[in-house]
Amino acid sequence: MPLWQGNPLELLHTRLNRCPTSSSSKCIYYIISISDSGLTITMTEISPTPHKSIDYTGAKLGMWLFLFTEIILFGGMFLGYSEYRQVNTSDFHDAAKEMSLFFGALNTIILLTSSLTMALSISAIKQGAKVRSMLLQATTIILGAAFLGNKFIEWREHILHGFYPDSPELLTMSHGKILYFGLYYVMTGIHGLHVLIGMGVICFMFVLTQLNKVSSTDYIKLENTGLFWHLVDIIWIYLFPLFYLIK
Amino acid sequence: MEASFYAAKGRYPGILGWIFATDHKRIGLLYLMSTLSFFFIGVLLGLTLRLELMRSGMHLYSAQTYNAIFTLHGVIMIFFFIIPGIPASLGNFIMPLQLGAPDVAFPKINILSWWLFMTGALLAITSLFTGGGAPDTGWTFYIPYSVRTGTNISLAVFGVFLIGLSSTLTGMNFLTTIHRLRAPGMTWKRLPLFTWAIYATGWVQLLATPVLAITLLLIIIERFMGVGFFDPAKGGDPILFQHMFWIYSHPAVYIMIIPAMGVISDIIPVFARKTIFGYAAIAVSSLAIAFFGYLVWGHHMFTSGMSDTARIIFSLLTFLVAVPSGVKVFNWVASMYRGSIKVDAPFLYALGFIFLFSIGGLTGLAQGALSTDLHIHGTYFIVGHFHYVIFGGAVFGMFAGLHYWYPKMFGRMYEEHLAKLAFVVLFIGFNVLYFPMFISGYLGMPRRYYDYLPEFNGPNLVSTIGSWILAMGLFILFYNLFHSLIAGKKASSNPWGGATLEWQTTSPPPHENFDKTPEVTKGPYTYH
Repeated sequence: MPLWQGNPLELLHTRLNRCPTSSSSKCIYYIISISDSGLTITMTEISPTPHKSIDYTGAKLGMWLFLFTEIILFGGMFLGYSEYRQVNTSDFHDAAKEMSLFFGALNTIILLTSSLTMALSISAIKQGAKVRSMLLQATTIILGAAFLGNKFIEWREHILHGFYPDSPELLTMSHGKILYFGLYYVMTGIHGLHVLIGMGVICFMFVLTQLNKVSSTDYIKLENTGLFWHLVDIIWIYLFPLFYLIK
Repeated sequence: MEASFYAAKGRYPGILGWIFATDHKRIGLLYLMSTLSFFFIGVLLGLTLRLELMRSGMHLYSAQTYNAIFTLHGVIMIFFFIIPGIPASLGNFIMPLQLGAPDVAFPKINILSWWLFMTGALLAITSLFTGGGAPDTGWTFYIPYSVRTGTNISLAVFGVFLIGLSSTLTGMNFLTTIHRLRAPGMTWKRLPLFTWAIYATGWVQLLATPVLAITLLLIIIERFMGVGFFDPAKGGDPILFQHMFWIYSHPAVYIMIIPAMGVISDIIPVFARKTIFGYAAIAVSSLAIAFFGYLVWGHHMFTSGMSDTARIIFSLLTFLVAVPSGVKVFNWVASMYRGSIKVDAPFLYALGFIFLFSIGGLTGLAQGALSTDLHIHGTYFIVGHFHYVIFGGAVFGMFAGLHYWYPKMFGRMYEEHLAKLAFVVLFIGFNVLYFPMFISGYLGMPRRYYDYLPEFNGPNLVSTIGSWILAMGLFILFYNLFHSLIAGKKASSNPWGGATLEWQTTSPPPHENFDKTPEVTKGPYTYH
């Protein structure tokens, strides 16, 4: 039985023979890698332990389903935004003038860059470059922290100006402004919470990579973390224009 | 032949082997025991409500206590019992067996779901005795009262939030399992209809529950920070809350009923010894109910203030849901036609389901029509309707499944005569309890009131008597099931002659379900 047929240039690292989830027979992974030194085939034998076998597609499917739920969670808030914006269009325009385009744009750049480093860390681990992957993961965490730091400065500025939920100053203003700032704090707040959770998960992945639990043969955890991080990024991509750009 | 999963040696001994179990069968039983315990509490609360409402002017406890008790009855029955009821208990136990899989796709997330469920439930129970006292808003947590009341809403709401998270994770887990872990030969067209129903339910759990999550979070944020999303004084819109609440809570009704329909679809062909009529129609109608169910939430708000256009569209969509439900009922009845019917307890409960669910469904149409809904909105007609659908439908479906799979789960048979007796008492009690509500509701008796005018004395007295008969039926039912755990005679691996995969393994099944992965070569209801 041929292990694999096809054009070897099409793949760098490929796993063949996915383990069935439960079977009495042992199953074997063939890892084919092509480098300057030529073609190498490594064989790893894995005995059947159903709960630990990797169903790569299944794990990814589960993660995507979970991401749907996150989108709908934020969808509830976007629904509120669209209703209140519809009712108070001009107030929303006024309130958006309080926002600093500089901080918003800076944070957008930071978060987009962090998505890049996250993606690069996954391709690094696929190539077996453990240290490079870990460095890129650390960079992602630092960029996430920078995002939150910026957010903190921004919030602090607004709060010092008396713009915070239920503040006496805000309550004297128009309904639209009250709602705008309410939405601003709740939506960026829950988004910030997701950034924080994402950073925590990447820290965890950093340790797992160090322990070789995340490696070139089993990187699904890191890849799923990446998916989550991109989701957090994408939500910001929508928050940015809704709060900063529409004036 | 391996030993049953009860005897399997896991990582932890004794009770820890259950609390930290990753075996879907153990988790299913954990859910079964915890949800049934909550059901028991809910029943007791319901009985006291009926006692309080026995005749006008009768006061067992204060009006505030009454508000707390009906809130609690609703929250417990809906969030702690029937939403996880069939999918997380029977679904967990049976669905992987029907697929021919050794477990669900993510066993650790599965046990995490149960922990989240229990934590949520414990938080909600704690909220009764701490802070400002038991929540008194009704299970819908309507704004503005839920923001203004001094009772301990935040903690209870957070508990429900965790239960929602648990339900979402279960849905995600089951969907992945059904996509990835089907045994060789188990094509989508050979999937048992219970598993099809769990699949449709999984999508509803996944796509609807996050809306509840954000709605509940906003209540908490509102209470602590006064952001003003739902407060007209600050420009907010209380109706938006109702929309968001029902965007989840209407589909939630289908989380309750679709799995029960799946149970019935599995039971009827087995006891009629005849393949199911309209397999594809039943499978697709589950998906159709899940889909349309997502679009009809507005019918809870016909009197809340909406444009006529919106109300007409919601009304139309509501009628459309009746179509796939009707498709199911007709197919079940057609499956029995010219069958060789054996009237055992599971079949009796299935018949009970069809009868009661039909009444519940048809009275639902009376509310889906705009003109009649204005008359019966907020009356006991609604209470009657949803008890017929949820108790008569979902819970009778769960009882049917509990009897049907009892031998598989526990390896013993229950006492058949007692099970039939329980059904008869339960069925009579149920109708005596809930049918008069249609009458008093139609005459205008408002729901959720502490007291009522003497002219409603008649139907209420009948209802209360019915509640005692119902309780007696439940007692016989559970006495039988619990007693048979010890005294029941040993069950064979396939006592009913079912053709689905769960009957091809031992009762109870071994740790990883099948000695070797089964090959599926025929449909789930092929008996020859």
